[in-house]
Amino acid sequence: MIIAVLIKHVPDTASVLTISDDGKSLTLNGIKFVMNPYDEFAVEEAILLRERLGGEVVAVCAGPPESKETIRTALAMGVNSGVLISGTEQLAGRGLSMALAAGLATLSPDVIFAGKQAVDSDGSQISERVAELMGIPHASCITRFELKDGKAEVIREVEGGHYHLSFELPALFTTQKGINTPRYPTLPNIMKAKRATIKELSLSDLQIEPALLESELLVERLAPARRERRRQLIAGEPLAQVQKLYRSLQEEDKVL
Amino acid sequence: MSILVILEQRGNLKICGLEAASASRKVAEASGMTLNALYLGRAFDENPSVLAGLGISTLYAYENEDLHYYSNERYVHILCELARELEAKVIVCPATAVGKELCASAAARLQIELAQDCVALDWNETLKAVKPIYAGKVISDVSFSKLPGLVSLRPNTAAIERRGEDLPAIVRRDMPLIPARSTILEVAEAMSGYVDLTEAKIIVAGGRGIGGPENWPVLQDLCEALGAALGASRAAVDAGWIDASHQVGQTGKVVCPDLYIACGISGAIQHLAGMRTAKIIVAINRDPEAPIFQFCDYGIVGDLLEIVPKLAGEIRNRRTN
Ligand SMILES: Cc1cc2nc3c(=O)[nH]c(=O)nc-3n(C[C@H](O)[C@H](O)[C@H](O)COP(=O)(O)OP(=O)(O)OC[C@H]3O[C@@H](n4cnc5c(N)ncnc54)[C@H](O)[C@@H]3O)c2cc1C
Ligand SMILES: Nc1ncnc2c1ncn2[C@@H]1O[C@H](COP(=O)(O)O)[C@@H](O)[C@H]1O
Repeated sequence: MIIAVLIKHVPDTASVLTISDDGKSLTLNGIKFVMNPYDEFAVEEAILLRERLGGEVVAVCAGPPESKETIRTALAMGVNSGVLISGTEQLAGRGLSMALAAGLATLSPDVIFAGKQAVDSDGSQISERVAELMGIPHASCITRFELKDGKAEVIREVEGGHYHLSFELPALFTTQKGINTPRYPTLPNIMKAKRATIKELSLSDLQIEPALLESELLVERLAPARRERRRQLIAGEPLAQVQKLYRSLQEEDKVL
Repeated sequence: MSILVILEQRGNLKICGLEAASASRKVAEASGMTLNALYLGRAFDENPSVLAGLGISTLYAYENEDLHYYSNERYVHILCELARELEAKVIVCPATAVGKELCASAAARLQIELAQDCVALDWNETLKAVKPIYAGKVISDVSFSKLPGLVSLRPNTAAIERRGEDLPAIVRRDMPLIPARSTILEVAEAMSGYVDLTEAKIIVAGGRGIGGPENWPVLQDLCEALGAALGASRAAVDAGWIDASHQVGQTGKVVCPDLYIACGISGAIQHLAGMRTAKIIVAINRDPEAPIFQFCDYGIVGDLLEIVPKLAGEIRNRRTN
């Protein structure tokens, strides 16, 4: 069984971001990058599946050369091999998913796991798009995965309830918190990961014309989301405090 | 040329679909396009007045028992076929869990761009949207250089606006035959009266500062007094005090209520990621140095176990008087 995982190399969520002078991009120099936190659940689920049924786990990442660090993190967690799809730095949404789908197709995976969302783009679309482009069924945000009689049975959370679904393979699933607890890399695996060769695929290896992937969604302006808050501390005795709070919320803000 | 808005149902029409319709109407007016709507479900048997004055010209209702519950394969097929038939230039859907999945799949099938979880829409020669990125730390103004374009709109970010009493024409259709490789084995629905966090107008949230699961009733009582939904920080979820479905933040839910009351929550960046677009934020925390006080509209420094019951009492008093 071939299990693929999609992982993205993203700025650590605690980083302080600065907007570049052009007002359309971010200055990312000196910022610490990590594996997208949601993708850790995907890597863990892929390894758990291999531990139960055998097979091979391949981590796939599209991005700049530095993304190899994130692939090495996945190797250190225990995936068997990694593939970097290069020349994709400028891609997003439609184009990025086309490159990833083409890269994945070379692996003929039986199951693909991905994260529910990349914490840089907050895109919430790449994995679902990849499944659609590959012509395979998928479910987002699963919290349980099982293989039963050659079919995948999953629990998928929605607002106000959950679905128990069954899928023919191959299929793709995006994972979220609750499905498992991602393991830490082990020392021997970290050493092995350092020496591993990571396969690279360029867009021309994948026979894709880069012009076809160009984004049709343009960023016009970035701004820090620093909506000023009033930061009004309410002093006094507890009863007086809540009375004052109630009056403000009702009379000034009209939210009660 | 038209705009297509998806009206989500969970038995009844969801409020966020009506919000999406109101936001879409503004785009329709600015672009001179007509606004149509899509409904997928068992049967559209609501009082049509729920759609009055929203500016929807035709509602396409696909009615079949097998459409009652969301099925990615069926919903995507119907949405894409209808979008092509109507030559939709703009497609708008509420950014709910299923709405976002539907949009992502449909965008791939239609080979178009998608901006998920937007907080505003506009039209100026083309479709524009405002989209939070980096867990809401940065706001991105985006513009579609090619149409059709797809956007999902975060619940609670647009007001429902009605003008006049006009009702849409209703075109009823059955479900076309759609081959599927997935099946629904079971659906577990929450109890009736349940308010989802992402759609709640008021949220009371508790963190590690509540001290232990035995103190949830203190917060639940305030929820009851306010008609609010209960949220939690990751620390409270990780401690096993409450189910992960209540978690607000980067790994939890992104919420946008009118009022967010954070009790015993320090205000970590990953928590702010989930609630920073709330209209009014109140913080109750006994540490005057807690970061949440830098990010609230009103703050009370004090023990939540003392303040919260008093607040619930005050609300009940005022409401009965
Ligand atoms: C990748 C990643 C993703 C994350 N995702 C999320 C997420 O989705 N959501 C999330 O919430 N966190 C998330 N976190 C965790 C986040 O960094 C914080 O650890 C977490 O939000 C802290 O929760 P807390 O505020 O409840 O606890 P603490 O930080 O421990 O704060 C407790 C607060 O309660 C106050 N307090 C104590 N007793 C009382 C009392 N009696 N009355 C009043 N106040 C009292 C204290 O003064 C303190 O400020 C994430 C972290 C990472 C690294
Ligand atoms: N550049 C990338 N390389 C590999 N996987 C990616 C990439 N971008 C996104 N993904 C996968 O798609 C998921 C959703 O990303 P997004 O749609 O950008 O929020 C992520 O959690 C990853 O699993």
